Amino acid sequence: MTNQELKLKSIEYRKKILKYIYHAKAGHTGGSLSCVDILNVLYNKVMNVSPANFDDPGRDRYVQSKGHSVEALYVVLADVGFFPEEDLLTLCRYKSPYIGHPTRKVRGMEQNTGALGHGLAICAGNALAAKKDNLPLNVYTLLGDGEMAEGSNWEAMMLAAHYKLDNLCAILDYNKQQITGANADVIGLEPLRQKVEAFGWAVKEVDGHDVEAMADLLNNAPFEEGKPSFLIAHTIKGKGVSFMEKVLKWHHGVPSPEQYELALSELDRELEKLTVQV
Amino acid sequence: MLDQLTYTEKKATRDGFGAGVFELGNQNDQVVALCADLVGSLKIQKFIDTHPERFIQTGISEANMMGIAAGLATAGKIPYATTFANFATGRVYDQLRQSIAYSHKNVKVCASHAGLTLGEDGATHQILEDIGMTRMLPGFTVINPCDYNQTKAATIAIAEHYGPVYLRFGRPSWPNFTPADQKFEIGKALLLNEGTDVSIFATGHMVWQAIEAAKGLAAEGISCEIINIHTIKPLDEEAVLDSVSKTGCVVSCEEHNRYGGLGDAIAQVLVKNNPVPMEYVAVNDTFGESGKPFELLGKYGLGVDDVKAAVKRAIDRK
Ligand SMILES: [Mg+2]
Repeated sequence: MTNQELKLKSIEYRKKILKYIYHAKAGHTGGSLSCVDILNVLYNKVMNVSPANFDDPGRDRYVQSKGHSVEALYVVLADVGFFPEEDLLTLCRYKSPYIGHPTRKVRGMEQNTGALGHGLAICAGNALAAKKDNLPLNVYTLLGDGEMAEGSNWEAMMLAAHYKLDNLCAILDYNKQQITGANADVIGLEPLRQKVEAFGWAVKEVDGHDVEAMADLLNNAPFEEGKPSFLIAHTIKGKGVSFMEKVLKWHHGVPSPEQYELALSELDRELEKLTVQV
Repeated sequence: MLDQLTYTEKKATRDGFGAGVFELGNQNDQVVALCADLVGSLKIQKFIDTHPERFIQTGISEANMMGIAAGLATAGKIPYATTFANFATGRVYDQLRQSIAYSHKNVKVCASHAGLTLGEDGATHQILEDIGMTRMLPGFTVINPCDYNQTKAATIAIAEHYGPVYLRFGRPSWPNFTPADQKFEIGKALLLNEGTDVSIFATGHMVWQAIEAAKGLAAEGISCEIINIHTIKPLDEEAVLDSVSKTGCVVSCEEHNRYGGLGDAIAQVLVKNNPVPMEYVAVNDTFGESGKPFELLGKYGLGVDDVKAAVKRAIDRK
């Protein structure tokens, strides 16, 4: 897939995220828009996982530790063929498997998540097992910045470094906001890079909306032989819709009909611009 | 039958676990052991020496250990995550719930030093709520074997069962009376002594207390049926109801708080099917303290005399 195609996909994904959240009248809008470029890169450019090899023990693994941004993951999993996209019209409805946080009832999901601070340890265990079985697979997880306050993440980081899990890659969706406000006001996270490095991980930073740069970095993981990789992806909560960007209420805000139309028109303009460039 | 319930030696149930996990490790190469810095206490050194590549030391990070175990299970391993019972349940309840139970992960949570009988370390380490906590988790199997031989057999048997298991055992040397060759069947209660006046349902160390009590009561002309409920969940309801239909009253015995444990599990079955008088032998909603196992069992109402008194109360209420 070309970088141009990847960029087009990102915008299409954003439109779909909004469509299904709008339809469901529920969802985590800001975080899904913030992390969708990361998922785009992982599923379309980096990971060896698809509906065809999903039962293969050698597939790459992705666990979304920040489970609440599940809408982005649903949209990407549908696009790469795990299930028909129209299933998402049942998002968050009674009896639908497409509930508000990831579950393995949905094909393509590796792990039930939602409570924060669980994904990294599970991924470390999975990466450890792969090492023991000599399976050359990689394990990826997406962490939220607010989630970094969970002590369990730091326990898992110690272990991953101790066991030299260089087949493990954690990506931080660093949009600098969480439900109550700015990370810095809720509980300070900085200096994050130094903390993670001090825990024995190899760290890189990237613009979390630059699909080309992210693909480049992730395809060259591990960042350092014998160390787990930590990619700090600097993102913007609500990215792609001007009035949602960095505005706290869109953490789980649902657009009104007017807002929905406005958001789509903004994204369509971006799509046009990108197509004209080609 | 009661006369045959004897022992030649006392051994700790945790040693039974260590022996079981070692034997299992030799049979099944998918079995991995994890430990949060309590290798000596959990008696798993022999497993580690024999299969160093299948042991994962997590350090004192029990929550992490449960997450790592869940991750190992996703890759087809059968993780035995080991630590003290309080750190294996209360400390990590969210991991048991979210990372293990919710995805029905094949993780064996193996917990030593349960209950009062760990002795000297006192209340912080004497968990009396763990059966209740794990019983409430959907899909969890909860097992509390009575002695060394049964713990060893249970340790081996749970590898054949797919799904999360809480295996609870203890620290002290304890009468080892289960035949060494007895197969462990999850969920199948064991009738130890047939009787007519009362049904005593006991689990873990309290099975021996029940046996001692029944021997004493036999001399007074009271006939006790003793059933070893090694598996608290799923509970062998049929065995409970069959026994009760004959005896008409019940005593439950557990080294656990009276809330949420074996007694409550049995009471649920009785209330629905055959409400008969029932007495609990359990800790009365309090924390423990330091002391020798038998001193503590006596103080907190779990002594042989307490079982005897409960039997008499139950019979009187018929
Ligand atoms: Mg955030």
